[in-house]
Amino acid sequence: MKTPSLQLDEHGRLRHLLTMEGLPRDLILRLLDRAEGLAQATSGAEKKVALLNGRTVVNLFFEASTRTRTTFELAAKRLSADVINLQIAASSTSKGETLLDTLKTMEAMQADMFVVRHEASGAAHFFAEHAAPGVAILNAGDGRHAHPTQGLLDLYTIRAHAPKARSAGFGALSVAIVGDVLHSRVARSDIHGLRTLGCVDIRVVAPPPLIPAGIESMGVRVFHDLERGLDGVDVVILLRLQKERMLGAFLPSLAEFHADFGLTRERFRQLKPDAIVMHPGPINRGVEIEGELAYGERSLILQQVTHGIAVRMAVMAEILGSPAAEVLS
Amino acid sequence: MSSSSTALSLLIRNVRVLDPSSGFDAVVNVGIRDGRIDHRGEALPDTAYDQTLDGDGCWLMPSAIDLAARFREPGATHKADFQSETGAAQAGGIGRVVLPPDTSPVVDSPAVVDRINGKAARIHGLDIAVLGALTQGLKGEALASMSALQRAGCVGFGNALAPLRDALVARRALEYAHGLNATVHVFAQDADLANGGCAHEGPVGTRLGLPPIPVAAEVAALRLWISLVEDTGARVHFCRLSTASGAQLLESAQARGLPVSADVAAHQLAMIDADVEGFDAMAHLVPPLRTARDRDSLREAVARGVISAVCSDHQPHEPDAKINPFPLTEPGIAALETLLPLLIELVHAGLLSPLQLAARTSLGPALVLGRAEPAISPGSPANLVLIDPERRWTIDTRDPLSWHSRGRNTPFAGRTFRGRPVLTLHGGRIVWQAPAAAAGAA
Repeated sequence: MKTPSLQLDEHGRLRHLLTMEGLPRDLILRLLDRAEGLAQATSGAEKKVALLNGRTVVNLFFEASTRTRTTFELAAKRLSADVINLQIAASSTSKGETLLDTLKTMEAMQADMFVVRHEASGAAHFFAEHAAPGVAILNAGDGRHAHPTQGLLDLYTIRAHAPKARSAGFGALSVAIVGDVLHSRVARSDIHGLRTLGCVDIRVVAPPPLIPAGIESMGVRVFHDLERGLDGVDVVILLRLQKERMLGAFLPSLAEFHADFGLTRERFRQLKPDAIVMHPGPINRGVEIEGELAYGERSLILQQVTHGIAVRMAVMAEILGSPAAEVLS
Repeated sequence: MSSSSTALSLLIRNVRVLDPSSGFDAVVNVGIRDGRIDHRGEALPDTAYDQTLDGDGCWLMPSAIDLAARFREPGATHKADFQSETGAAQAGGIGRVVLPPDTSPVVDSPAVVDRINGKAARIHGLDIAVLGALTQGLKGEALASMSALQRAGCVGFGNALAPLRDALVARRALEYAHGLNATVHVFAQDADLANGGCAHEGPVGTRLGLPPIPVAAEVAALRLWISLVEDTGARVHFCRLSTASGAQLLESAQARGLPVSADVAAHQLAMIDADVEGFDAMAHLVPPLRTARDRDSLREAVARGVISAVCSDHQPHEPDAKINPFPLTEPGIAALETLLPLLIELVHAGLLSPLQLAARTSLGPALVLGRAEPAISPGSPANLVLIDPERRWTIDTRDPLSWHSRGRNTPFAGRTFRGRPVLTLHGGRIVWQAPAAAAGAA
């Protein structure tokens, strides 16, 4: 397969991060450990470490995003890198400048890493294929394909907060991913990551129009009934539902989706007592989850945001940091 | 090489002649004089020839008739033009190409047909025909002036890859074309079900997150068009089938005696959905590459003649067209030069006989166009291709001796093929000859 060789160098070191697919188990665990160390090192009043002093990270966002871009920006700044944010409307690339031109122009400004988000699946691969040697691509979401740092931070969150993950490992976990799996790069990244860490009970739960064809081949079971899908799970990952899905006739209404697939108080009560609830954000209150539950004690939605910074720092440090600097983390 | 045309008489000795119109398949001597075949037999002719070739181990068959090749003129000459693609067709053993109407401007008026035919008339060594648009501007709403287009020389009608507005337009278009005794070339893909997708709906596309084109997009469109053929009696040729279910539907329609035929692109017989792995833009095709099962069914349908024609679906592009994230790249590959080599590989794999190969690339397409059946017998025009089924050929798109199309967008770059055309004759003239071991010239 072409993907792993693109993101790993000949020594198996991370060169770009494009997808969770094919990422070796040891590397994933190493990134999670590193994130844990960085979270501790930056938990005090002084939040900066000098790992990427003098390095330049460019956030290249072709899709509107505030939250994800901000966490990447914070991650880079806490590593002492210089950060440039570029929000590029799709229209500006149709003025004759191609994506390749944009990449090459930014490369000429001697950036070390591009954090790329683009609506087209495969965009991060495209940038990685065309990037100059020594320039790293970090995928911040490409179409429906991958959002690997979200995948990593979800693994990090599960490892930190799901009691069974701590006691018995990922192999003992039951995880339900609920909602718009069809359009979700988060779901795909979570599935690859969970599988690699040994999780065997992964369920995707949604009405049939929101389940992509052949998803079972990724190692998941499909449920069209939320009660059955949530039965006995340790982790519930809710996916964001784009409100325009009604227009594509995927769903009759948000209310009907909430009634059948939303996490209501009633369904929450039926979960195992130590089950945790996650969501990549931003949440639609009253759609994927009943508003009151969003910040409840077993909801980790805000912790995910915090963990996201540590995980993104770990990935940046792994790719750009010199091996000698690793002792710091 | 394409300029080395000659009107010299030619004798090809001991060559395996594949003549699908008569089912003739035997090793004989073939004489060519004054643009026509003047001898075919085990015995050597009494008369002398200017030149003699040893055809030992080679196949001689009618040059291919390609039902879909885009030469990009008028409107997109930065991709290709008549001059550049003629050389590619000749090197591919193709003697006649049919151009789809989706040029710019669209082939929806006699003036555009005249312009294209004017260019075609200045091309030597390749017959060039054009399909007329089924609807004005290919917009799928108002019918194009089919009668005038037919008089101007269009060999059929189609709406290229563009959808029709609705079933009513489709029905009226078939009725009208039927009145002209014209064949309608239909790309059967329901645009709503395809929904702007760019890959087969299945495990590979799902994992890569590529917007899907379901099998139902082809099947639903085929069902509708077949119903309309039943209703109108019009003759329909389905272009670029991609699914096993589609081939089944076609076969059952043929079994009911409906006037329907179909073609498939050669690369659909070679590649599958897994070839898009790694977001390889060279595997971005319309219709999309489907599963191994679909490919196998298509191969079988070609062998049995349910699919009576194999075309190149040649779509040359400038390099920039493929330099983008997969979904944003332009679909299609430059395929004139791989049409026959891909089919020769199916012969080596035991999936197609040499005679079947010849039939699907010459007789089948000729019947779709309603043209005289190409033949290799005394008196018939010498539009021929000599194939060396053992000649190794590695595609190097940077080497003008290896690759002729201006479009370098082929997924087969760097691949070594076993078997290729080595000599192309048009009207008795040699219009192309493979470099190096020059076809075993005596």
